[in-house]
Amino acid sequence: MANVPENLHYSKDHEWVRVEGDTAVIGITDHAQDQLGDVVYVELPKAGDEFAANDSFGSVESVKAVSEIFTPVTGSVTSVNESLADEPEKVNKDPYGEGWMIKIRMSKAGEVDSLLTAAEYEDFTKAESE
Amino acid sequence: MLGQIGLGSAADLFQSIPEDLRLRGRLNTPAALSEIELLATFESMARQNTAARRSSFLGAGAYSHYIPTVVDHILSRSEFFTAYTPYQPEISQGTLQVIFEFQTLVCQMTGMEVANASMYDGSTALAEAVLMAERVTRRSKIISSSAVHPEYLEVVQTYVQHAGIHLQQSLYCTDTGTTLTESLAALDDQTAAVIVQSPNFFGCLEDVASLSDAAHRVGALLIVAITEPISLGLLKSPGACGADIVVAEGQSFGVPLSFGGPYVGLFATREKYARQMPGRLVGEAYDKQGRRGFVLTLATREQHIRREKATSNICTNEGLIALAATVYLETMGRRGLQEVATQCAQKAAYAAKRIGGLEGFSLPFSAPRFNEFVVRAPINARHLLSMLAKDRGITGGLALSRYFKDRPNDFLVCVTETNTRKEIDAFVEALRSITAS
Amino acid sequence: MKSEITKITTHISHNEALIFERSQTGRVGYRLPPLDVPEKPINEIIPVEFQREDDLEGVPEVSEVDVIRHFIRMSTWNYSIDLGMYPLGSCTMKYNSRLNERVARIAGFANLHPLAVEEESQGAFQVIYELQESLAEITGLPGISLQPAAGAHGEMTGIMIIRAFIDARDGKEASARRRTMLIPDSAHGTNPASAHLSGFTVKTIRSTPEGLTDLDHLRELCAHGEVAGLMLTNPNTLGLFERNIRAICGIVHEAGGLVYMDGANMNALVGVARPGDMGVDVIHLNLHKTFSTPHGGGGPGCGPCCCTKELEPFLPVPRIVRTRSISDGVNAAGENATEFKLDFDRPESIGRVKAFHGNYGMMLRALAYILTHGYDGLREATEAAVLNARYITHGLVADYEKPFDAPPMHEVVFTDKRQSRKGVHTLDIAKRLIDYGFHPPTIYFPLIVQGAMLIEPTESVGHQELDQFIEAMRSIAREVVEDPELILNAPHTTRIGRLDEAAAARRPVLRWKPKETDTEPLAVASG
Repeated sequence: MANVPENLHYSKDHEWVRVEGDTAVIGITDHAQDQLGDVVYVELPKAGDEFAANDSFGSVESVKAVSEIFTPVTGSVTSVNESLADEPEKVNKDPYGEGWMIKIRMSKAGEVDSLLTAAEYEDFTKAESE
Repeated sequence: MLGQIGLGSAADLFQSIPEDLRLRGRLNTPAALSEIELLATFESMARQNTAARRSSFLGAGAYSHYIPTVVDHILSRSEFFTAYTPYQPEISQGTLQVIFEFQTLVCQMTGMEVANASMYDGSTALAEAVLMAERVTRRSKIISSSAVHPEYLEVVQTYVQHAGIHLQQSLYCTDTGTTLTESLAALDDQTAAVIVQSPNFFGCLEDVASLSDAAHRVGALLIVAITEPISLGLLKSPGACGADIVVAEGQSFGVPLSFGGPYVGLFATREKYARQMPGRLVGEAYDKQGRRGFVLTLATREQHIRREKATSNICTNEGLIALAATVYLETMGRRGLQEVATQCAQKAAYAAKRIGGLEGFSLPFSAPRFNEFVVRAPINARHLLSMLAKDRGITGGLALSRYFKDRPNDFLVCVTETNTRKEIDAFVEALRSITAS
Repeated sequence: MKSEITKITTHISHNEALIFERSQTGRVGYRLPPLDVPEKPINEIIPVEFQREDDLEGVPEVSEVDVIRHFIRMSTWNYSIDLGMYPLGSCTMKYNSRLNERVARIAGFANLHPLAVEEESQGAFQVIYELQESLAEITGLPGISLQPAAGAHGEMTGIMIIRAFIDARDGKEASARRRTMLIPDSAHGTNPASAHLSGFTVKTIRSTPEGLTDLDHLRELCAHGEVAGLMLTNPNTLGLFERNIRAICGIVHEAGGLVYMDGANMNALVGVARPGDMGVDVIHLNLHKTFSTPHGGGGPGCGPCCCTKELEPFLPVPRIVRTRSISDGVNAAGENATEFKLDFDRPESIGRVKAFHGNYGMMLRALAYILTHGYDGLREATEAAVLNARYITHGLVADYEKPFDAPPMHEVVFTDKRQSRKGVHTLDIAKRLIDYGFHPPTIYFPLIVQGAMLIEPTESVGHQELDQFIEAMRSIAREVVEDPELILNAPHTTRIGRLDEAAAARRPVLRWKPKETDTEPLAVASG
C-alpha cells in the first residue's frame, strides 16, 4: 500500500509538492518509485533554470526504464538535490524526504490549488491500476 | 509433426497469408550446391581477385598487419561466434568479460576514460561522435579538417543531413600536409566540435594538442579520428592531447582486410560524457554471493528503452570483431604493440627516403609521419600504379586522384611490419625502372 | 519421447580473472622478425613531442599460453547456438554453417583490400552482385544496397531514402510538412530511433485486440496529411502475419506516404511470400538473422536495404553494377572488359552510409547460405521454422497464457499471466529455464504484451529438442505451483547468480584500473 502523506499536493504525473512559503519542494511519489523499481540515476536541471507548469524538468532512470518528470508549478529553480547524483536510491527509500528533487520559487499564485489532495491522488492511482 | 498439430500439409502453415500473396512457383535463385561445388564456385571467384595475392603498399583506411594464429583460432570457438548479444548475463559471462577487457584496452590505447562495446567501423563511429557532440554542447556547427579520410567525411555528411547539423571543412596546409589552427577561421561559440584525424589521410601527424586548445577556448569539443590505431603503440594518445571523443577503426588490431568488412569502430570519451555515449556498455556487477560478473549497463541510453530519444539507433554492433581486436591486443601486449609500431615507422622511413631519392619523385608534405606518406611521381599516378601491378605484381599504393582530382601524380604509400626490406627495395627499383623508360 | 539427455551442471573451468590481473612484466605472446631495414634513431622519425610518454602502462603482458587459456576458459561460460536451441524471438538463432566460415576465409577474399582497383577485384564484386540478385528475387524488390552494417543501419538508410524521395517528389517546402512517421506500438526500439535520425517525429498506431494493425486508427492518422510513411514488421513482433498488408499499404500510399518494412521476421516469408508483392516500398534485411551469418556475441551484422525501382536512385553510393556479360567475349584489344564496376554517378543518392563496401565477410556467408540451400531449401527452411513454432505453441498452450488467437508464424508470444498469480514472473521463468540447459526466449518484448515471452525456435531444431524445450517449460509451470522459491532464486547451476544491475548502473565501473590508483568506481555525472 503506497504511502500518501496528507500535507502534500499531488499531480497526475505522480509528482508531489510541499509548499514552504513561496517555494515548492518537488519529488516523485512512493507509488511512482515503486512502479519504476530501483532508481539508478536522476537527471536534474540547474539552479536558475526556469520552467512553466507541466514542463519536463528532468528524468528518473531505473535499470530498464526511464521516465520524464514534470513540474506541477511555474517558476525558477532555487536549488537541486545534488546528493542524488551519488545516492539515487534515496528516491526509493525516502521519496518524500531525502529523495526530494528540486525547489522552485513559484511565480504564479494559486497553481497548487488545482493539484490533487492526498485523498484525490489515492483515488486517482487506484483508478489507474484498474 | 504436422499431424500432431492438426495440419494436413506444409501449405496449411501459411493460411494467414492471403492466397494471392503466396508464391506459386519456386524462387528464381540458383539450385542447391553441394559442399564441393560450393567451394569450387567461391574459389573460382576468389582467384580473380589478383590484388589479394601480392606484395602491397596500400593503406588509406585499411591496413595489412600480421595477425597471430591464435586470433582466428579463438574467434572460431563456437561459444564466441555462435553466441548472441549477452542479454542473459548468467550464461554470457564469456562475451561480457571479453567486452569489458576490450573497453579497458581501448581506453588504455586512446588515453580516454570510458569506451563502448564497439560501433560498426571508424566512419560510422565518427558520425556518431558528431551527433554526440551536438547533444552535449547543444550547438550545431561542426568543423572538420579536410585531411580526414574522404569516405569518413562522406558518411558524416549522410548522418547529419537531417539532424540540423552543419558540417564545414577547413583546408589543410599544402606544404606540411596538416591542419593548421589558423585555418579554423570558422571556429566560434556556435561550434559543437572540431574533427581532426591523426595520423591524417595523407599519413601526416597533426598537432592535436594545439587544435584541442583552440576548440576548448570556444567551448567546442575536440573529436580525434584514427584510421591506423597501430600508431598508438608509439604516438602520444589523443587523450593525453586533450581530445574529448576519440573514434578509430580497429581493423589493424587482428582483423583481415576482407574487402572492407566486417571491421570494428572504437569509441571512447571522458567520464562526464558517458551517459551521452552511443552503443552498448559493459560494467562490473556482483551477485548475492558477492561473486564478480559483468553485465550490459546504462541501457537507458539505448534504443530499446529510450526509442526515439536514444543516443543512437545502434543495436547489433561488431562483437566478434571486438573479440578479435581484444585477442590481438592481449597477444601482442605492451611490448609487441610498441615493437609493431616501431617497425612500421622504421620501414616507412626507409621506404620514404629511398623513394624520395629517386629521379623525378618527391614527397610533397613536410610533416612527420607514421607509416603512410604521399609520393609525387613524374607521371600520372594511376597509370604508374597500373604498370606496377601488371608488370611487376606490386600494389604500389592509392592514387590520390580517386578522392582529390587536383592531385593526378600523387599516390599514398603505406608500409607495415609485413613489408620486408626485399619487397621495399623491389618496389623502389620498379618505380625507378618504370619511370626511367 | 522423453529424452535422457540432461545438462551438465558442474562448471569445469576456474574463475578466470581479467587479463590485466594475469599480466606479468616481461611475458610476451608474440615474436616478430627482427627489423630488416637500417635503423634510425626513433626521435629522427617521430619528433619527441609526438611520442607516447606512458610506455603503454597497464596494457597486459602475457604469454601465448596465457592468452589461449584465458579465452578458452571464458568461452566455456557462454551459451551458444552450437550448444542448443536458442529460442530468442525476433533474433532467428539458426545454425551457423561451418562451410560458410570456410568460404569467408578463402585468401582471395580475406586478403583483398577494399580499395584495390576494380579490374583486380572482379571476383569480390561478383559475390556482391550475385547476392544482390538473389535478395532482389527473395524480396521482390529490385533495388539493393549491401552497404549498411546492421539492421538498424539498414533501417536508417531506408528511412532516409523515403525522406529523399518525398523531398524530390514534393519539393523541400511541401516535404517539410510531411514529417510524421507512423510506427506500431509493437515495434522494435530501433524503428523510432532510426526515424528520428532522418528528422521525423513518431506517432504510434494501436494494435487491435487480435494483435494486428488497427486499420481505423491508421486511416485516422493518415488523414492529417503530414504522414511521410509507415514502418511496420511483417509478420509483426507478435509473430502474426498482417493479412491486411495490401490494404495498409494502400491507405498509406493514398495519403502520400511510403511503407517501410522491418525485415527482421523474414524467416517466415522466404520462398513463400515477398514484401515487394505486398506493396511495401522499402525493406531492410538482417543477414545475421534470416541468412544465418553468425551473431558473434553482438555482431557483426549486415543490413541490406531493398527498395522499389522508384526509390532506387536514392540508395547509398557507390552501387555495384554489371557492365557486360561474360559471354560478350573479349574486346578488340584482346582483354575482357571489366564486368563489374562501382558506379558513383548517382546524383540523387542519400550518400554513403559506411566506408568501403559494407560488411563484406557477411555477404560471402549469406551467399553461401543461399547457394547451399537452393530454391527448394530456402522454402523448406521457412516451412520448418513456422512448423516448429506452431509445434511449440501446441505444446505450451495448456500451461501458459497465449494472448492472441491467430496462428503464429515463425515465433509465438506467451505471457506470465497464470504464473504471476503465484508471484512468479517472466524474468523468473527465464532464469529457471537456464537451469534446464536452454537459453531463455526474448523477454518483455514486444512492450504491448505484459510479461511477454517471445519464442522463436527457427528451423535448426529437431523434434527431440523441441519436445525437451516444451517439457522444460511445462516442468517450470508445475514448479510454480509446487515450489516457487526454486524459480524465484534461479538460476542455480551457473557460475554466478543474478547480478545486482541497479548497483552496477548507479556506480558504473566500465573498465579495469590498476590497484595503485584510486579504485573508486567512475562517478558518471550528467553530460
